[in-house]
Amino acid sequence: MSNSLMNDATTLARRNLEHIRQLPEKLTNVTIQPLMFVLLFAYVFGGAIQVQGGNYNEYLMAGILIQTLAFAMMGPAMSVATDFQEGVIDRFRSLPTRRSAYLLGHYFAEMLGAILTIVILLGTGLIVGWRTHASVLEVTEGMVLLLVFASGVMWMGLWLGVLVRSPDAVMGIGFVIVFPLTFVSNAFVPISSMPAVLQWMAVINPVSVMIAAMRELFGNPVTPVTKHVWPIDHPVAAAWIYSIALVALGWVIAQHRYRARTTD
Amino acid sequence: MTTTGTAARTDAPGTDPPLGITATGLGKQFGDLWALRDLDLAVAPGTVLGLLGHNGAGKTTAIRILTTLSQPSEGAATVAGFDVVREAASVRRHIGVASQQATVDGLMSARLNLVTIGRLYGLSKSVAGTRADELLVQLDLTDFATALVKTYSGGMRRRLDLAASLMGNPDVLFLDEPTTGLDPMSRTHLWDMLTELVRGGTTVILTTQYLEEADRMADDIVVLDHGRSVAHGTPAELKAQIGDDRLDVKVGSADAVQPAATAVAPFADRPPTLDPERHMITVPIKPGVRVVEIVRALDDAGIDAIDVTRREVTLDDVFVTLTGTSRRDDAETDQAEGNR
Repeated sequence: MSNSLMNDATTLARRNLEHIRQLPEKLTNVTIQPLMFVLLFAYVFGGAIQVQGGNYNEYLMAGILIQTLAFAMMGPAMSVATDFQEGVIDRFRSLPTRRSAYLLGHYFAEMLGAILTIVILLGTGLIVGWRTHASVLEVTEGMVLLLVFASGVMWMGLWLGVLVRSPDAVMGIGFVIVFPLTFVSNAFVPISSMPAVLQWMAVINPVSVMIAAMRELFGNPVTPVTKHVWPIDHPVAAAWIYSIALVALGWVIAQHRYRARTTD
Repeated sequence: MTTTGTAARTDAPGTDPPLGITATGLGKQFGDLWALRDLDLAVAPGTVLGLLGHNGAGKTTAIRILTTLSQPSEGAATVAGFDVVREAASVRRHIGVASQQATVDGLMSARLNLVTIGRLYGLSKSVAGTRADELLVQLDLTDFATALVKTYSGGMRRRLDLAASLMGNPDVLFLDEPTTGLDPMSRTHLWDMLTELVRGGTTVILTTQYLEEADRMADDIVVLDHGRSVAHGTPAELKAQIGDDRLDVKVGSADAVQPAATAVAPFADRPPTLDPERHMITVPIKPGVRVVEIVRALDDAGIDAIDVTRREVTLDDVFVTLTGTSRRDDAETDQAEGNR
């Protein structure tokens, strides 16, 4: 009866998928909500925002993709915090499972959700007029980068889930972190339109770098910045470094915190 | 039942393998408070140990250490022949745990809950499915096998939790207050099932607040109080120690308490407990004493007894007899256990 880590993790991931099958409304925030954001910005705000050298809807998509994936950190955080509250974790821990399998299972399930989100967003994007203007290789690189970034976000979300004392805290903390990061950035408006102090915050914001990288790889309009730092001037390279670092850091702190919290 | 594992068993040479449970000087400290101290256990395979105590006595702490969920602050323990700290992974392969909190998943069906747990024990899909169906029959849950667990009643959840603890065919089964919230019929059914399991060689530790349950199920009882073992023995030995029935006498005033105690003393086989505040005395009566004799003795002494009630020994009486203190100041220990 030897258990592999993968076997344990996929068994636990299947449990999350079963939760979604029973409560499909759990998916609202990764499906309908981003779709509404696309329509809102494309048709309500979009007309008022000018983007040099291109179509606003093409500019918008990278911003919405990264923002939605950033907000998706709340999903794993809620799931883990709820498991802790309900005592389910003690049950799993008294079974002959690998200790790291628990968070890995959540990660697998959440990544399936992230892929669904990306498909829905890009599908809606195509409908509102978003197109790529880059080589297949570059677009593929963009997709892979997006998945690595999503992985990093999920591991940060898992860490948050282990950290908080109750699921209620997740929403508050999540918003306080993600909201400024995604809005004080180039997600929806060119950075050069902001006051000087915000411009500095926006150019050093890794979210801006991620979005700029996606625009470059998709061949969508990239608006010039007036403040220069290395990452924003080399967005693709910097985005890879940030994303991989986020995955590594997220995995380490989430698993470490999980071990600490399940040791008494 | 096969009991092979990857790690070497910590058997003493030349003796029978200690495949039940052993503990020596087990202790657990939370901050300044010892939730458990100096616990020694020797549970032979195929027997039932009852851990008896109030909330906060250290029962759950002991179970958490033995099931590898918590690290002991001092002492050592083996379960199914494996050390609970150094060979925790091997221990987990050989145990089943039904905890106080029914930890089944509300958003899955009963069957899927069991299959998931079976898969985590390393069973194949088909073996896990067969085992789940067997247990659903045994625990009388077949009619609700596909219903979501969140629609279950408390008693049904407890039964499912027990089924979950049996998915891995455990050598050692831990049941933390298994009959809390069960109706009398389910309780009897569960006791019968346990008897069957024990006959098959399973070792069981159960915690309980009910003397009756420990008496009925356990081969051996350890009474815990404030984290320490205050008595240990077979139910018969324990009974001999704590006496037979109790008689509660309520009198009209605090002044009458002492004279009443003197009047009934000849019928008691150990000193009565006095509670002047509530105008009560509790008398451990000798076997064969009739209530009418005591009423007559009280009347002859000119004491106006408002109420005289004969009853069976309760857990409180056990503590009064064993520790000489009544139990109304458990807030501290309760809190320490609840804070975890």
